[in-house]
Amino acid sequence: MPDEPKQRTHKGQFVRAVPRHGATLRLTIDRDTVEAVEGDSLLAVLLLNGRVVRHLEFGGAPRAGFCLMGACQDCWVSLGDGDRVRACTTLAANEMVVWTDPQKAHADA
Amino acid sequence: MTTRMRVAVVGGGLIGTWTAHFLARRGLDVILIEKGMVGAQSSGVNFGNLRLQGRHPGQYPLSLRSQALWEDIEALIGDRCEFERTGHLYVAMNDAEREKLEQHARVAESHGLVIERIGCDELRRRWPWLGEGPQAATYSARDATSNPRLVSVAVARAAQRRGAEIVEHTRVTEVCRNGTGFTLETDTGRAVDCDAVVNSAGAWALNIAEAFGETAPMFAAGPPQFVTEPIPYRVTPSVQAVDGSVIFRQILRGNVIFAGYPRTAADPVLNRAPVPPIKTLNGMRNLMKIAPFLKSAQVIRVWSGIEGYLPDMLPVIGESGTTPGLYHAFGFCGHGFQVGPGVAAVLVDLIVDGRTDTPIDLFSINRFKNSVQVSDKLAREFDLPAAAGGRAG
Amino acid sequence: MPNVVIVGGGPAGIRAASILVEAGLKPVLVNETRQVGGQGYRAPAKSLAVDINALMGSEAGKYQRLHSLFASLQERIDYRSGTLVWGVHEKVLHTLCDGTAGTIPYDALILATGATDRIMPLPGWTLPGVFTLGGAQVILKDQGCLIGNRIVFLGSSPLLFLAALQYHKSGASIAAVVDTTPLSAKRAAMRDLAASPRTLARGIVYRASLHMAGVPIIDGATPRGIDGEGHVEGVRITDGRGRERLIPCDAVAYGYGLKPETQLAELAGARFRFDPIFRLWLPETDADGRAGADLYLAGDGAAIGGADAAEASGALAAHALLTDMGRAQPEAELARLRREVERLRQFQRGLARAFAWPVAQSATLSDETVACRCEAVTVGEIRSAVHAPLGPREVNRVKAITRCGMGRCQGRFCGPALQEIVAGACVVPIAEVGRLRMQAPVKPIPLHAAAEMEP
Repeated sequence: MPDEPKQRTHKGQFVRAVPRHGATLRLTIDRDTVEAVEGDSLLAVLLLNGRVVRHLEFGGAPRAGFCLMGACQDCWVSLGDGDRVRACTTLAANEMVVWTDPQKAHADA
Repeated sequence: MTTRMRVAVVGGGLIGTWTAHFLARRGLDVILIEKGMVGAQSSGVNFGNLRLQGRHPGQYPLSLRSQALWEDIEALIGDRCEFERTGHLYVAMNDAEREKLEQHARVAESHGLVIERIGCDELRRRWPWLGEGPQAATYSARDATSNPRLVSVAVARAAQRRGAEIVEHTRVTEVCRNGTGFTLETDTGRAVDCDAVVNSAGAWALNIAEAFGETAPMFAAGPPQFVTEPIPYRVTPSVQAVDGSVIFRQILRGNVIFAGYPRTAADPVLNRAPVPPIKTLNGMRNLMKIAPFLKSAQVIRVWSGIEGYLPDMLPVIGESGTTPGLYHAFGFCGHGFQVGPGVAAVLVDLIVDGRTDTPIDLFSINRFKNSVQVSDKLAREFDLPAAAGGRAG
Repeated sequence: MPNVVIVGGGPAGIRAASILVEAGLKPVLVNETRQVGGQGYRAPAKSLAVDINALMGSEAGKYQRLHSLFASLQERIDYRSGTLVWGVHEKVLHTLCDGTAGTIPYDALILATGATDRIMPLPGWTLPGVFTLGGAQVILKDQGCLIGNRIVFLGSSPLLFLAALQYHKSGASIAAVVDTTPLSAKRAAMRDLAASPRTLARGIVYRASLHMAGVPIIDGATPRGIDGEGHVEGVRITDGRGRERLIPCDAVAYGYGLKPETQLAELAGARFRFDPIFRLWLPETDADGRAGADLYLAGDGAAIGGADAAEASGALAAHALLTDMGRAQPEAELARLRREVERLRQFQRGLARAFAWPVAQSATLSDETVACRCEAVTVGEIRSAVHAPLGPREVNRVKAITRCGMGRCQGRFCGPALQEIVAGACVVPIAEVGRLRMQAPVKPIPLHAAAEMEP
């Protein structure tokens, strides 16, 4: 991992409409460091910082969740320890390492 | 309406559809009658293994004949049905199980199968994802897999193209002797006169056998099957613990399918085979022991189906003991997928040629006349209530 | 004391719990999410500076009452937060909490499992930037986030205008609200809608507020597809006058009303019947929510009725349970609750007409349209399977042949559309093609969940 956090440059899908007050969290998404606020869901972090949550296993089409309430199962991502989580129902945590592509996570391990 | 046919096949599972196909290929008029939809019962919901290792010694000639047909499936029916020669890794956790593997291997080799014996180090080297439990294994490269959801329907279509008549959603209500042949009545009002009847009605096959004064102690159960979400492809062979606790394989799409004993109770009347969650958890635990790298994979779906079982864990195959022209093939005890096409080929030998070169005496329905052998597998593969309960209807 | 378990921490579950507590019981309340209130009345995290009263608008009072009711109950119930119930078998619930499997046995079970959006596939609906309408509301309330910079609200649902108004108040830029039901159909549904004049009036106010704010509202449109390379760039529609239009946007909130989450009810033994108005298979209950021995259903998980009906049906289910335990219940109160639930569900039947499920759209979908987003099964693959020799005419067999409904969501989102596509392709009434059957787990569970459990 680089020491200096590299900000993700591309625009996010989500827009924060309401400020959130809380501890600042640092997460790594596909090797990029992003900041979040305690209480953010992992899906919110992913989509405030980008437009893709995962790539479909069959053909690789980009996906960014759908139902946002734990029903459609289209936002599963891999964590650095290999664990799999549903981003919309998982709270972001400091030092969380997230992979939007399990192949990359696998290659990195 | 009465139709005249040479052969009527009752039951559109794997055996029934292959039989109809082979009969049509030999130029016989054949009708297949299925109470529901083709391939929807145990033929369509099983694990999909075409396993040659560890079969009953008396079944090898039949199994090998069947495997040759599987290997030719694309030429036979014009569809591969996801047939893959994946190989089969049979895994032992201790010396006693290793000895069991050795016994299985010798039997298989005596029938010409090539078995590799694999020690602990080589096991880790070739399949580095294996957990610490496995101590030794045997590997058979000829073992294969196919997709059970697709096969029976594809075979039925091929049979149809050869001229077989396939009738779904029709229940045979009565089979009676008519001279040297038979008349079948159905719940749709259609009747069929024929010279020969193939009883391949799976867990529902006793109705016909008993109409002709013979029976078998068949009961219904289901194989619980579980599948994970798709994960990066890594596991090539199907892998089975020799103690039967778990068997698993990864399909090319990435999902890992696994199954394990004990089997689950099934209700052939209500057509239900719910899998109790405790069996799912059991299967998950057993899979994790042998393949710990799967620990984070999510189980997304569980299913089962309705299969006919017999206490000696062998099927009934062959001509009726009471009625010439009636042929049985049922009670495959969860092992019918691999032998399916071979059994059909044998039935066609019997119907067309009056004899077969493949030894099948072991599977005669007459074996239940005097005493009933109980396989030690029965205790291992079933919860007691399931084995004691529901006789197949 | 009998072990009574309630699944679901929304209005129905909380109200049921309060009745049981008043009767001296200490029910277990299992809630899948971390905050109570269900999807509609969910409490935002404390760190979020959201003005929930402004966001809830006319519902703010009810929202506050529900949450104070729960606060007053919390010490008197056995509350299990963040706990998924993934299976039900022989009067035991199988749970998953923090990655570990567990069990909760019960003597009686109240299921108040809520609802999710009902979706009709559309070309481009799997693109990043397309979210369910309900999801768009949840992410705003739960996370204080808008789903995009410029948003189209698309579909047909009473929530369409409410969600758009909530977004507008939160500073969102709304490209258009596109309702696929023509105004004529809405007028025809007025008789049933009159069952709840207050709710009807509220809906009219939402719409008028949006109109006054200058938000374009398009009625009776047919959606043609969602365009974009890698993410949403616009929505293509044919408007009510037959004109093709492309509405540029970077996010779409999409939905056709709600569909009960009935998976656990099925596993617990409920029977299902086809409801021709909602065109959904719904669990059978009596007027009080009884769905079988020791099984009670309440809220939107039983029949779509909205938050008020959920509360009333939660109370009814709890009273029914107590009655079945041999405890006399106040008949006048029961009669009042039954009238209330019936009136509100009658209103929902009107809404189902006024905001119609687009049956015709399923027939016009191009073959390339993805029907099952989990397994990437297209509408064309479903139609080919049905039309093939010996092709299936029943959805579970179609699933077996095509994989549609086999993925992680287990047919939650493709199921209703699959029924329409199969019925359309077979040219049979939709009730004849059946419904996807369920086996546990109702949601994915990790292999390691079993590790801690004793075999």
